[in-house]
Amino acid sequence: MMLVTRRRITLAIGAGLLLAGVPAAAEAQTPPELKIMAPAGAGGGWDTAARSLQQVMTAIGVAKSVQVTNVPGAGGTVGLAQFVTKASGKPDELMVAGITLVGAIISNQSPVTLKQVTPIARLTGDPLVIVVPANSPIKTVADLTAAIKKDVAGTIWAGGSAGGADHILAALVTKAAGADPGRTNYVAFSGGGEALAAMLGRRVTAGVSGYGEFQGQIEAGALRALAVSSPERLAGVNVPTLKELGVDVEVVNWRGIFAGPNITAEDQKKLSTLVETTLKSPQWAEVLKARGWSDYYAPAAEFTTFLASEQTRVQEILKSLGLAK
Amino acid sequence: MDSLLALGHGFVVAFEPTNLLFAAIGVVLGTAVGVLPGIGPALTVALLLPVTFKLDPGGSLIMFAGIYYGGMYGGSTTAILLNTPGESASVVTALEGNQMARSGRGGPALATAAIGSFVAGTIATFGLAFLAPVLVRLAVNFGPWDYFALMVLAFVTVSATFGSSPLRGLTSLALGLTLGIVGIDQLTGRARLTFGVPQLFDGIEVTTLAVGLFAIGEALYVASRHLYAPEKPIPVKGSLWMTREDWRRSWKPWLRGVGFGFPIGALPAGGAEIPTFLSYTTERRLAKNPEEFGRGAIEGVAGPEAANNASAAGTLVPLLTLGLPTSATAAIMLAGFQQYGLQPGPLLFTKEPALVWGLIASLFIANTMLIILNLPLIGIWVRLLAIPLPWLYAGILVFAAMGTIASDPSVVELAMLVGFGIIGFLMRRYDHPIAPAVVGLILGPMADNQLRRSLQMSLGDPMILLQNPGSATLLAIAALALVAPVLLKGLERFQAQED
Repeated sequence: MMLVTRRRITLAIGAGLLLAGVPAAAEAQTPPELKIMAPAGAGGGWDTAARSLQQVMTAIGVAKSVQVTNVPGAGGTVGLAQFVTKASGKPDELMVAGITLVGAIISNQSPVTLKQVTPIARLTGDPLVIVVPANSPIKTVADLTAAIKKDVAGTIWAGGSAGGADHILAALVTKAAGADPGRTNYVAFSGGGEALAAMLGRRVTAGVSGYGEFQGQIEAGALRALAVSSPERLAGVNVPTLKELGVDVEVVNWRGIFAGPNITAEDQKKLSTLVETTLKSPQWAEVLKARGWSDYYAPAAEFTTFLASEQTRVQEILKSLGLAK
Repeated sequence: MDSLLALGHGFVVAFEPTNLLFAAIGVVLGTAVGVLPGIGPALTVALLLPVTFKLDPGGSLIMFAGIYYGGMYGGSTTAILLNTPGESASVVTALEGNQMARSGRGGPALATAAIGSFVAGTIATFGLAFLAPVLVRLAVNFGPWDYFALMVLAFVTVSATFGSSPLRGLTSLALGLTLGIVGIDQLTGRARLTFGVPQLFDGIEVTTLAVGLFAIGEALYVASRHLYAPEKPIPVKGSLWMTREDWRRSWKPWLRGVGFGFPIGALPAGGAEIPTFLSYTTERRLAKNPEEFGRGAIEGVAGPEAANNASAAGTLVPLLTLGLPTSATAAIMLAGFQQYGLQPGPLLFTKEPALVWGLIASLFIANTMLIILNLPLIGIWVRLLAIPLPWLYAGILVFAAMGTIASDPSVVELAMLVGFGIIGFLMRRYDHPIAPAVVGLILGPMADNQLRRSLQMSLGDPMILLQNPGSATLLAIAALALVAPVLLKGLERFQAQED
């Protein structure tokens, strides 16, 4: 146990040194030392995105060093609250977040919102896929919407946490089918894994998840993919989009990067350029490929408009689900 | 035969020097983080993922598996010696293990845990290699109603941890169940009992409660009595090693532990905790001297320890065959697979046989390395008990706080740890058992969610619990376990009257 203790102390000292850091000598030429917060635990989507950015930013030299911190809790609202206070006016602090945080802010009635932070860029957008068990009588999206129309409560959906992107998609499809989205019978599971088991065990009508999570089963023929929720088809995947099939629904599990409140226009521009350079690098393209993420880059201005429309849309659908006032 | 041949090839892969090195690094790291409360294998693997990005996929996955198995070993060490379970799966181990350590039998307790883990790990890894395809088909057919019935069975068995008074046991259980409600409800997304504190939205961490109640509560209690009635734990009494009697009493619980751990671990929502509860109860029921339970019965360490290691191997069944991560560590390992462009699932065994079988073979190797690493350590570990009590408990407090901060660096979490510590002290002072509170926190939310999922799927019809053969059988066993002792007692009285 002594050995372990000693190592931990060394680690702690190391981390302390990193934290203390040398204040960035404000010369335009030297790349900055950045901090990226993932408002979630290590290993999740936002954390992985933050760490991938860290990896690419230091590899291509736009940042001298990047430190990733994790502040988990309450769908990201704990991290957001901390970020709003800590990163105010700071030109070197960033935060990764996504659509789940938009939903969590609304349903947790968080006192801080994404309106307070400065959007820098939209990063990735993973399409969701709607699947049914391979031997289900439902063969197409039209069959599914017909089933919903006939018996909305009897159409059982399986997916991730309540109020998350999966739930939002299920509710939007129900609404598009002409039924009351508030009556969507959505069974929330803690991860893609359990939802997948429910699908394979044929206990639910349809399932929603990120394409990557169901990919293995779709390729093996155990699940039938009805449609993806992205604006365009996935490269190399022969699954139509909901829009193609006449269901006007589009939900993408997007992630974006933000800076703190009250930063100067000049700092915002610098960070935007830095992030843009990172996202346009071949190294980032490699990361996207390795992780199976879809590029969904949008610069600050476009991202800000997009964010506003997402907030309205998510608020509306959560309200119909009884999760927002 | 095909599997045997494939396993042979797997050993060829696993015996490559670099892979052996990775396995060794993994088990050492795993044992170390298992010993530290709060830092589990999941966090360690998550932190190592970006570091291993450039490494060979086989090697790093082998290392991750080593960490996973190692963590299961390490967790029991602190549970036995310091009454501080490193993770929820070793809560049960602390019950008997710590009693053994206090009466000078820490050596045999650690030995039966280590050997039991080895035996269980090895058998379960064989199960993974040969039974995976069969087991996984059963596992996906396990519906929410079956899980709920399994939870009911587990609840019935909780009474075994109640100690002397059922009322006090139920009080402690109710505390755990109430704490289990705190947080955002998974099924509706609404906050329950959070009082607007965002840090409570994710619910109460099992390790925070367990470490608070067990370790901090214990430290406060010992401190409160130190002046006028100092406790003198006996560092070592008798052999450091297991006696012939210990072996005789351990081997059956080991095997039964595998029987609980492996299949339940393979269930997508089975987990490592329930098999340890079931194993503990079974051993208590089957023991020749049930009155020894609560005072350091070796069966109560051997069974649960075997069960939690077997469940670790069980977890890999759905992960490798379906791509279903069923524990936090498995979820992060899945991310590891995906990092290398590998998609675990039905096609992984055919697409990447060298990798899968190499991984399975290295599990055998990791298991062997762990026992070689851990048995000699026992002699060093038990010396911890010779440290003067004030020093030892001060150390425990530091460890407990550090572990909590490492897993979630927030003031609220630390305040909760201290709060639970004070509750733990009061529960000891007024003689309430601690384990049921932790069990309630683990089982409560699971039972709650699974029951409501069942009802959501049956459109509100409770009969679904009895219509499915699986859940009906489990509920019947639970009912029997509940009623049988009462009936038997009644029968005895009846016979006594006859005489």
